[in-house]
Amino acid sequence: MATFKLTVNGSAKSVDVEADTPLLWVLRDSLEMVGTKYGCGIGMCGACTVHLDGKPKRACQTPISDVGTAKVTTIEGLAQNGKLTALQQAWCDHDVPQCGYCQAGQIMSATALLADKPKPTDADIDAAMSGNLCRCATYTRIRAAIHTAAAK
Amino acid sequence: MNATQVPPASPELNRRSFLKVTALAGGGFMLGSYMNLGVSVADAAAGRGGPGGGGGAVNPTALIKISPSGAVTIISKNPEIGQGIMTSLPMLIAEDLDVAWTSVKVEQGDLNAAYGAQNAGGSTAIPQNFMAMRQLGAAMRSMLISAAAQQWSVPESEITTGNGLLMHQATAKKASYGEFATAAAALPVPVAGNLKLKDEKDFKILGTRVSGVDNPKIVTGQSLFGIDVKVPGMLYANLSKCPTFGGTPVSANLDEIKKLPGVRDAFMVNPQGGAPGVAVVADSTWHAISASNKLKVEWNYGPNAEQNSASFAEQAAKLGADDGSVTFPADAKVVEGVYSYPYLSHATLEPQNTTAWVKEDGSMEVWSPTQSPGRAQTAAAGAAGISAAKVKLHITRSGGAFGRRGDVDYAAEAGAIAAKVPGVPVKLLWTREQDMQGDKYRPGGWHFFKGAVDANGKLLGWNDRFVGVSGAGGGPGEFPGVTAPRGGSVPSGVPTGAWRAPGDNGNYWASQSFVDELAHAAGRDPLAFRLELLASGKTNYTVERMIGVLKLASEKAGWGKKLPRGQGQGISFAFSHRGYVCIIADVQVSQAGVLKVNKLTAAVDVGAIVNLSGAEAQVEGAMIDGLGAARFLNITIEKGGAKEANFDEYPLITIADAPATEVHFVHGDYNAAPTGLGEPSLPPCAGAVCNAIFAATGKRIRSLPISSQDLAWA
Repeated sequence: MATFKLTVNGSAKSVDVEADTPLLWVLRDSLEMVGTKYGCGIGMCGACTVHLDGKPKRACQTPISDVGTAKVTTIEGLAQNGKLTALQQAWCDHDVPQCGYCQAGQIMSATALLADKPKPTDADIDAAMSGNLCRCATYTRIRAAIHTAAAK
Repeated sequence: MNATQVPPASPELNRRSFLKVTALAGGGFMLGSYMNLGVSVADAAAGRGGPGGGGGAVNPTALIKISPSGAVTIISKNPEIGQGIMTSLPMLIAEDLDVAWTSVKVEQGDLNAAYGAQNAGGSTAIPQNFMAMRQLGAAMRSMLISAAAQQWSVPESEITTGNGLLMHQATAKKASYGEFATAAAALPVPVAGNLKLKDEKDFKILGTRVSGVDNPKIVTGQSLFGIDVKVPGMLYANLSKCPTFGGTPVSANLDEIKKLPGVRDAFMVNPQGGAPGVAVVADSTWHAISASNKLKVEWNYGPNAEQNSASFAEQAAKLGADDGSVTFPADAKVVEGVYSYPYLSHATLEPQNTTAWVKEDGSMEVWSPTQSPGRAQTAAAGAAGISAAKVKLHITRSGGAFGRRGDVDYAAEAGAIAAKVPGVPVKLLWTREQDMQGDKYRPGGWHFFKGAVDANGKLLGWNDRFVGVSGAGGGPGEFPGVTAPRGGSVPSGVPTGAWRAPGDNGNYWASQSFVDELAHAAGRDPLAFRLELLASGKTNYTVERMIGVLKLASEKAGWGKKLPRGQGQGISFAFSHRGYVCIIADVQVSQAGVLKVNKLTAAVDVGAIVNLSGAEAQVEGAMIDGLGAARFLNITIEKGGAKEANFDEYPLITIADAPATEVHFVHGDYNAAPTGLGEPSLPPCAGAVCNAIFAATGKRIRSLPISSQDLAWA
């Protein structure tokens, strides 16, 4: 066990865990922030997507010892003072979620996409979002919601 | 035409149905119901509940709460698994209660015998609850009107409602529902059959697009799912199982494991209703999984250890071989085709899990993402050796279900593990590998078709000789001109279960593909050939409704347009879970064999639509889910277990392969219960896509997944 200091959604946090503990389980179990989801544990489904210094990362493939001083942003950190981001609002307006389980990861990937490419093409969306699986297959609405948010 | 209607799944409210109100402590009232929600009339008469349990024949229900301030809370009694029931059932109540949707708060109900049957599966929740929910709303509105009429000394008939307000125009009186909530509770309850339901022209909620009630929580990452449950003092468990189905642990390095970081206990366990294995209980998920990965277990691999998919296929080929019993005239054009599809895993994005807490007083509390809360309660109780009556079962949101969570082996396992650490809440979480290799799989199957057309392009008949594996249902018998004697069953130890549109999900791909083969052999247009077959009317459904969706889909998709080689349209339809669906696929295939599905157009007749957004979502999702499964997915049985363990080997469809979709509903009657939408749009999709591939390339797909086939053409 070792102590790791983190910045999560702008707040300083300290956790005592094994160095190989994935950021995913630090968030979910140690910090009780359960918005980031476990889906596969091998970086193949995208349900655990968070941002490290604004870049999308798979939290299940990120040992806590690798986080260092990078600022961690999770799904809980997007809305500010209760106000949804344009993307979160578009997700609600398009009624994207079915079961909803993968959607935090989808939104984190889409948020990173829009930060990088404010007006993404369909091909940009395919490239940025293909690592996020959804068995409910909400993909057509995900695409529409991204375009809606980009238009704002 | 000889068309017969399948009996409606909805319970007709009858003379036994009556309503009850209960005054709430602190004012306001609950509308209770002795209507036996979600339970068939026959079951109600026999005093049986639904498969979700908790459905006694005479239990008051309390689904609506109106506070003196006018706040309306509606309890959603059924499990939310992504089918949108937590939004659609309350919409039904709110419409006839005549309140603004924005004023309604929805809460997920726990398992409660007072609520009637609580289950998700078989596309049954809407048909079983549609009329009952509308009547609950109407009954409450009627009582509020009566209370206001008495206080205001005006006739009830002169009181109108709207947006949660009671109004009397002549005297300019106006009050919120909340003001009369308590008074209404003291009034006699109207007879359900006398209630007047709203006319469709007055609807403000039903048939509109309503965003899911949990969406704001989902997009902000709040705790909703079973895996999110956190109970103070909780421990985390993992359960390792034998790589073969039916195998059992003999011994394990438990002493070594118990010394690992964070591990509180490790033991062999054989849960009643679950699978035997070795459990590790630790202070975090990561400690539990890390320690499980260091387990060294001696297994008894059991009786199925030599089973494999290749052997199943060999046995099926023998069982399905033509025995000469189906013959056609010498001048007939005979067509034969063997169609096969593999086992599939459910791959719910949220792996199976359940939190259980055996308390010192002998009771138990359980939190489970389940389609069958009643079964989960019974399973957890049985495995823990506790009476089900002492188990409080919380229904969490499910991160996908697709039939998987109707089986509750994971709840049983959690109960058994919790009983070994009494006094401590423990969350059992399966890893993805454990989930994919410990599934109740969609069974594979083989259809040995033989059919013939005459010189005029007329169908003479066709035979569907179906060979399944143990646990699989029979072939389809719902298409005109088909006979479907079962060809036999391949013995298999592979656990099987319901997978979105059970039976239909494989059968319709095979039969709609073979019908296409017959149409082409006859030199006929595949749509015209199907319409002619349907017109013969020998089916167990209303043929006119099926013809209606075929015509609607073909009109909307521009069926019959001239396309260059490498592009094609395919058509397929299904009568599944009492719904009528036709899908037309537009595809293109490069000469090198790269498939792109451009568009899926669906025409759907399930009767009245509750939530247009949710209904469209079910069709869009089921089509793309059906496409993804047919195109990419396969569970291979090797050495008595599932070979594929995670998404690297079991590649769910991604956004890059998701086509555009278009959904068209046939308008339905809101005075009758519609049928459900979770399942019926999946079965026709694979056939439409494969038939379109044939139109584009001349290549007929007779074995799934499509990705295993070479689509290159020259």
